[in-house]
Amino acid sequence: MLAQQDAFESERQARLVKAIYVYEAPLRLWHWVNALAITVLAITGYLIASPLPSQPGEASENFLMGYIRFAHFSAAYVFAIGFLGRIYWAFVGNRHARQIFILPVWDSNWWSEVFYELRWYLFMVKEPKKYVGHNPLAQLMMFLFFTIGAVYMICTGFALYGEGLGLGSWASNLFGWVISAVGGNSQQVHSWHHMGLWVTLIFVIVHIYAAIREDIMSRQSLISTMISGWRMFKD
Amino acid sequence: MTETFYDVLRRQGISRRSFLKFCSLTATSLGLGSAYAPKIAHAMETKPRTPVIWLEGLECTCCSESFIRSAHPLTKDVVLSMLSLDYHVTLMAAAGHQAEKQLEEIKKKYKGNYILAVEGNPPLNEDGMFCIEGGRPFVEILKETAADAKAVIAWGACASWGCVQAAKPNPTRATPIDKVISGKPIVKVPGCPPIAEVMTGVVTYMLTFDRIPELDRQGRPKMFYGQRIHDKCYRRPHFDAGQFVEHWDDDAARKGYCLYKMGCKGPTTYNACSTVRWNDGVSFPIQSGHGCIGCSEDGFWDKGSFYDRVTDIKQFGVEANADKVGGTAAAVVGGAVVAHAAVSALARARNQTGIDVPKEGDK
Repeated sequence: MLAQQDAFESERQARLVKAIYVYEAPLRLWHWVNALAITVLAITGYLIASPLPSQPGEASENFLMGYIRFAHFSAAYVFAIGFLGRIYWAFVGNRHARQIFILPVWDSNWWSEVFYELRWYLFMVKEPKKYVGHNPLAQLMMFLFFTIGAVYMICTGFALYGEGLGLGSWASNLFGWVISAVGGNSQQVHSWHHMGLWVTLIFVIVHIYAAIREDIMSRQSLISTMISGWRMFKD
Repeated sequence: MTETFYDVLRRQGISRRSFLKFCSLTATSLGLGSAYAPKIAHAMETKPRTPVIWLEGLECTCCSESFIRSAHPLTKDVVLSMLSLDYHVTLMAAAGHQAEKQLEEIKKKYKGNYILAVEGNPPLNEDGMFCIEGGRPFVEILKETAADAKAVIAWGACASWGCVQAAKPNPTRATPIDKVISGKPIVKVPGCPPIAEVMTGVVTYMLTFDRIPELDRQGRPKMFYGQRIHDKCYRRPHFDAGQFVEHWDDDAARKGYCLYKMGCKGPTTYNACSTVRWNDGVSFPIQSGHGCIGCSEDGFWDKGSFYDRVTDIKQFGVEANADKVGGTAAAVVGGAVVAHAAVSALARARNQTGIDVPKEGDK
C-alpha cells in the first residue's frame, strides 16, 4: 500500500519539477538590497514629513531628525546606485533582466496575453499560462510602477537633496531642473515626492500579494525563484 | 558730464572715511571679500552714475517701504540720492506732467544705459486696464521703458512671480514682468517685500560693476538667494535634534524649538532672512516665533496653508494633501487585495481555478 503511494508521489514529482535558471545572482542580490532600501526609505521618508514627538533635553544631546535624514539619504544612495547597477545588468545579464525596462508594446500577441492575465486575475479563465520570466501583466506593472516610479523618486528625491547640498553641488546641477519644472517652488516637489511614498506602498502591497498568490496558484514558482534563481514548473 | 556716485556723496556732506567704510561693508555684504573694497571705491569715484528708473505697477509699495529702511544709512544715501534724482513715483518730488516729462527725458538721454527697476506687475486682462498710470495701461509704459533699458530688476514677489494679485483665480491676469519683457537681462529679487539690504546690495552691485550679479536657475542673485532660510536658521539644531513646536503656546514654543511641524516654509524658501534679518538685523519671522511663510517663493499664496507641513495638492481638486490622497488610495488597494485573496482562496478550494494537481487515482 505504502509502496503504491510512494510510486504515485514520485511519478507526480517527475511531472511537476521542471526548472529553468532565470534570475542570475546579481539580479537577486539587487532585488533584496533594493527591497531593504525601499523599506528604509519609506519609513524614514514618512518620519521626515511627519516627525516623531519632540525629544527631551538639550538640542546638543539629540540628533534624532539628523539620524533619520541620514538613514533616508544613505538608503537613497543605495537605491539609486543599485538602480544604475540594475540598468547595467539589463545590458549584460540574460534576456529576463531586460524585461522591466523594455515593453514589447508593438507586439499584439503580448497585449493579448496582458489581457489574458487580467482575465486570470478576474477569475474569468481557469488556468494561467506558463512564463519563464514575468508574465506580460506583471511586466507591464513592473515597468509602470517600479521602473518609472524609481526614476521619478530618484529625480524628485535628489532634486530636494541638492537643495541641502547647495547650489552648484552635483545633485543640484543634475536634478535642480526638477524644481524649476514644477514651477520653482520646492514645496511642490516635497508634496509630489511624498505622493511617491504612497504609490510605492501600493506597489509593494500589490507586488507581494501577486507574488504570494502566483506562487500558490500559478503553474510556476515565484518567491523561491527570487531566492535561488530557479523557476520551477508545476506541470 | 554726469557726476559720479562719489561726487553725489561728497555733495551730501559724507566724509571720505565714511565713504571707504561703506565700500568695505558693501564688498563684505556682497560676499566679495575685502580685496574688492578698493575696486568698489574706484568705480564709485570714476564711473558716471547710472540712472535708475523705478516703475510701480500692480503692487502695495511694500518694496519701496522696505527699501528706504535699509539699515546702513550710507547705502540709503547712495541709492536714494541716485533714484530721487531720476524717477520714482512715490519718492520723487515731481508730479503729474512734470514727472512724466522727466521719465521721457531720462529715456532719451540715457537710451540703452539706464537700469529699470520694476515694483509690481502688469495686469494683462482687458488690455491692461486694471492698472492705469498717467492715463495709459501700465503694461505699455513697462514695455516702452524696458525697451531702452540696459538691465531690469524685478522687485519683490509681484514683479518676480506675480504674488497675491496673481493668486488663483487671478481675475486681472497679473503677470510677472519676465513674461512681458523680452531680450533684456532680468534680475529677480523676490520677497514680500525683499530685505532692504538685499535690495540695496543688488543695486550697488549692478551700478558699481556694470553687470548683473550671478543668477540661479530662476533668475535670482545667488549671493542672496543661494541658500534656504532653513540652511542658516538659528533654530536648525532643534530640527536636527528632533525638537519641534507642536502648538503655538506649548513649552517647546517658549523654548524656541523648530517650527517645522507648524508649517514653517524655511526648508523650501530661498532668502537671506536668517542671516541678514530685518530692521537693522533686529529679528526675522522665525526669531519672533512664527514660521516662515515662504514669501519669496513662486506662487506662495497658492501652495497650501502657511501652517501645514504636508501641504495640499490642488491637482486633486479638493483640499487634500499627499497623506490623505495616498493613504486613501493605499487603503482602497489594500482592501481590494484582501478581498481578491479571499475570492482566490474560495475559488481554489472549490477547485474552480488554478492548475489541476493530479489526485490519487488520476493517470
